[in-house]
Amino acid sequence: MIVVRDLRKHYRVHERPPGVAAAFRSLFRRAYKDVAAVDGISFAIASGERVGFLGPNGAGKTTTLKVLAGLLHPTSGEVDVDGHDPRRREDAFLKKIMLVLGQKQQLLWDLPPSETFELNRAVYDVPRAQFAETMGELSELLELGDLVKKPARTLSLGERMKCELAAALVHRPKVLFLDEPTIGLDVSMQATVRDFVERYNQRYGATLILTSHYMEDVARLCPRVIVIDHGKLAYDGTLEELVARIRPDKRIVLRFARPVDASDLAAFGRVVRHGAGESVLDVHKEDVNRVVGQALAQLPVSDLTVENPPLEEVMSELFARGRTAAARTESRSPGPLEAAEGSTR
Amino acid sequence: MSLRASVRAFPTLLRVGFADAVAYRAEMLVWVLATTMPLVQLALWTAVAADGPVGRYGQREFTAYFLATFIVRQITGSWIFYEISFEVRNGTLSMRLLRPVHPLLAYAAEGVAAMPMRFAVSIPVAIVAFVAVGRSAMTRDPVTWCLWTASIAGAWLITLLVNLIIGCMSFFVESSTKLMDAWLVFYFVLSGYLIPVDLFPRGLHALVEWLPFRYQIGLSVELVTGAYDHDRGRALALLARQWGWVLVALAATGAVWRRGLRQFAAYGG
Repeated sequence: MIVVRDLRKHYRVHERPPGVAAAFRSLFRRAYKDVAAVDGISFAIASGERVGFLGPNGAGKTTTLKVLAGLLHPTSGEVDVDGHDPRRREDAFLKKIMLVLGQKQQLLWDLPPSETFELNRAVYDVPRAQFAETMGELSELLELGDLVKKPARTLSLGERMKCELAAALVHRPKVLFLDEPTIGLDVSMQATVRDFVERYNQRYGATLILTSHYMEDVARLCPRVIVIDHGKLAYDGTLEELVARIRPDKRIVLRFARPVDASDLAAFGRVVRHGAGESVLDVHKEDVNRVVGQALAQLPVSDLTVENPPLEEVMSELFARGRTAAARTESRSPGPLEAAEGSTR
Repeated sequence: MSLRASVRAFPTLLRVGFADAVAYRAEMLVWVLATTMPLVQLALWTAVAADGPVGRYGQREFTAYFLATFIVRQITGSWIFYEISFEVRNGTLSMRLLRPVHPLLAYAAEGVAAMPMRFAVSIPVAIVAFVAVGRSAMTRDPVTWCLWTASIAGAWLITLLVNLIIGCMSFFVESSTKLMDAWLVFYFVLSGYLIPVDLFPRGLHALVEWLPFRYQIGLSVELVTGAYDHDRGRALALLARQWGWVLVALAATGAVWRRGLRQFAAYGG
């Protein structure tokens, strides 16, 4: 469905130091710098797959999505989306895809969302019967109700995002690019959007590529993740495997019947947090059974749970390694997993 | 993007554009109030003409001229450059580019869709003009009315295309609004908006005939006030020059759009 080979996208950006003198100098001599937003990434995505793009700010995720959607022209490399070269922006291609940008809107600001839906019906040439059926489904799944009759500017952020998603799906795109679709939404609305996206994928077999800073979005929706850092592909595989490589530890949460000294816990593993009634330890996954047995035998444990480390922490560590590796060998610029011994598929 | 798909969506673009224009009715009313300069000029020039005609203009002719100017401006006005400039700068143009309809056609549709609201303002003024100056101050030649209709279409197209070109300049410069300010200076002075162009000194008058500004306002006003009722050949020659400018502006719009889009695709998205 999607094939990307050695994709590069370099920008030439104007640069100048702060200050009036620098501003005046830049009138006559402008300094430019080449920035490699995407620097030779390759991957393939099958029809119906759900893939999460992960990476720190400025890693090249959104640039990649925009190249796939035909909004940006690659500097070099090959991109094929269901048999189309996106940069040609042919009608047949545009009718198959949609890019939802969480921080940009397509809803007509002063009109009710129903007007945007109708506009999209016309421009995508959706038959009226199919439009009615699609809108019925979308209204039900997203609980749109009367929202579609209110001017978009009067809707809350979450309500607007639900309407944005509905507007984006009027033509039932086969490929859906979602760039931070849950940004700024409350927890409940994030869950609603996630549920909806998953159901859309299952119902229409749509291919889905998602970027999000909310790890829960990625963990819930994407069996496969692609990590991009400094414009390079740093990892391509399952989230579980990524977590296992970056943080092979398990997290043990202990609740005590009576207070325990922090010094008594050090022998069991790395103490992440220690409070009056609860402590958290990180333990290598190979040692979990042993440590759990010892803790239950030696400490006044009233409750114990074993879980994976939070994804946010895993990603934070991954990106920190990437920054360190990039700073160390700027010319070679390895991905963070290279620094962390990982490989790419 | 295919023209056929764009044309098919055009009625809906018009309907939605009209709904948008209605939503912005208060803003439009403010715009109308801001374009009453011809009425100020009317008061000024009729006072000047109280002691005798200026050129071919007596008080009645000035009244007809500036009321017609007001109406032509209402019908042919466009501020779409502002929307394009905004969308290029903040990136929302991307959302238009994702749709299988040409963005320039969508912008044009928004301009056409706003016309009924403008007619709502223009028609009462036309009635006032008719009552104030009588039928004799306007052409009674049906062929001239046909030429006037063509000149209105040409004037609207030049104004729209200039807006599209200046809007698309946002692809290359930090802000294209200053370019529009510069264009408007020439437009106000050389289009016949403030002074009928036939009152210009001979050299300037000759120059103005080859510039686009006069064809945005002056030609339509001159036609409807009967300036060429006895010289149809000249009317046709001027109309030909106007449509020549339409073609030039059309070619320039296409070129700036294509080049600008490459810039957008290269840098921003």
